[in-house]
Amino acid sequence: MDITRLTAEEIREKIEKKEVSALEVTRAHLDRIREIDGDLNAFITITEEEALEAAKRVDQKVKNGEKLGKLAGIPVGVKDNIVTKAIRTTAGSKMLENFIPPYDATVIKRIKEEDGIILGKTNLDEFAGSYSTESSYFGPTKNPIDKERVPGGSSGGSTAAVRAHEVALALGSDTGGSNRQPASYCGIVGIKPSYGLVSRYGLIPLSNSLDVVGTFGRNVKDATLLLDVIAGSDINDPSAMEVERVNYLESLQADIKGMRIALPGEYMNMPMDSRVKEKVLEAARLFEKLGAKVEEVSLPHAKYAWATYYLIVVSEISSAMAKYGGVGYGYRTEDYETLDELYIKSRTEGLGEEIKRSIMAGTYILSSQEGKKYYEKAFRVRALIKEDFDRVFETYDVILSPTTPNLPFKLGESVKNPTEMYGSGIFNIPANVAGLCAISVPCGYADGLPVGLQIMGDRFKEINILKAAYAFEAELSLGGEHSGI
Amino acid sequence: MTREEVLQVADMCKLSLSEEEINIFMGMFTGVMEQVKELDELDTENVEPLYFLNIKDKPYREDVVEESLDREEVLKNAPEEEYGYFKVKKVME
Repeated sequence: MDITRLTAEEIREKIEKKEVSALEVTRAHLDRIREIDGDLNAFITITEEEALEAAKRVDQKVKNGEKLGKLAGIPVGVKDNIVTKAIRTTAGSKMLENFIPPYDATVIKRIKEEDGIILGKTNLDEFAGSYSTESSYFGPTKNPIDKERVPGGSSGGSTAAVRAHEVALALGSDTGGSNRQPASYCGIVGIKPSYGLVSRYGLIPLSNSLDVVGTFGRNVKDATLLLDVIAGSDINDPSAMEVERVNYLESLQADIKGMRIALPGEYMNMPMDSRVKEKVLEAARLFEKLGAKVEEVSLPHAKYAWATYYLIVVSEISSAMAKYGGVGYGYRTEDYETLDELYIKSRTEGLGEEIKRSIMAGTYILSSQEGKKYYEKAFRVRALIKEDFDRVFETYDVILSPTTPNLPFKLGESVKNPTEMYGSGIFNIPANVAGLCAISVPCGYADGLPVGLQIMGDRFKEINILKAAYAFEAELSLGGEHSGI
Repeated sequence: MTREEVLQVADMCKLSLSEEEINIFMGMFTGVMEQVKELDELDTENVEPLYFLNIKDKPYREDVVEESLDREEVLKNAPEEEYGYFKVKKVME
């Protein structure tokens, strides 16, 4: 038995039945990481010692006949913008190269409480601010399906690690598609929860009104299991809401007869790779076969989502990045005469190109007369975009679209053609702007490269998208599921 | 977008730019403003801005003193510290 080929659900079961120990599971995955990660570069930090200790505690519980947590013995990867107590957390930046957080993020606490085994911190675009994982200070991650291509981003380390069986589950974060786009590019399942379902306490902020913590797995059930563990309000995060808790995993069922599914005409008419479009239309037909009702709808403000998102995100980035000045924590320049010089040199040397561009753009928007006008307007258009969705969700349970308009692009290509990279999030950003939940689920392969289907749901109606994805996955047998490494 | 305007923004950001970067940003700002101008097509005069999606239903809690992070632990991340404070060079003469 190759333990790394097991699903999270199977690992948990086998540990409970004493067919395998948590220590064996952990070692098998650490061996896998040692074997392939030098080349793949999905991890920035591997926490071998802590993982082995945690595994031993689980095995002790099994031995004592104690109740096991929901994630007992399951290896988990954590995106390196989520703080972990006493474990270096870099956000993929030189600025935080030596940052050792003094506390655990709420989502990390919850994983530990449920006996999950954290194997390490995964690579990402610097501060989660791009779409290919190439802007990481720690070098790019490769796509396990085709190592000449990017894994997507910003959560590319997490999705590559899950795809390559280095871990069974992983955490990511999603500000404008950072969970869904890389899940699609790596052919796995990625969930972006509704804004406010999961605590952001301990998530290093990129954009406060858009960021969410999300989950990855190689199938819908596994990604759902991790969501079940991390969801819920938190005294430390006022934006994490008290919502009625649904046990997602127990509510999953493959019967979706009568489900009302919307296919937005505006999305399907946007420029995209014809192979992607074809797969998504096939997926829509498959839903009909399963007894769902699929109809075309209109989201009149869809074309304004990008400008709206851009104005909000860069403005919030410029504000979130203001705290890095070489004083309290983070990189400090070696050579300075004045306090001002300390700030300028520390920031100029410690931050990368991509994030500097966002800081500059955001500062310009927030400080210029014209910029401020559009900043204010963006929040009004945001209300209109949300109204579009509210109207659709009065009648429909979920909305279908491609996850990305394109297939994974080659490493280095985004420098030559940044428009393609930024455009890859076009179907993802509306869910962030309106606070909706969404999932990316594999829907086939085109010329050996994975295509993702995005299913969006109303705020806090995660169960609808999970059910739809689960039913879809159960029906679709994917050829090429085990392609790549 | 002028060179002076770019340098002014860089000053606010506490970033120092190379000549190459100054040129990139001059082009970028112009491009950005062109892109966002498409929002002009929409009349939003009577639309309330949506800044945050939720906060309003948040229950209040008692204001009780709780243990916070350990000072020594936190200061371990400071590039320089002294007497339990962050240390920088003299700010005023």
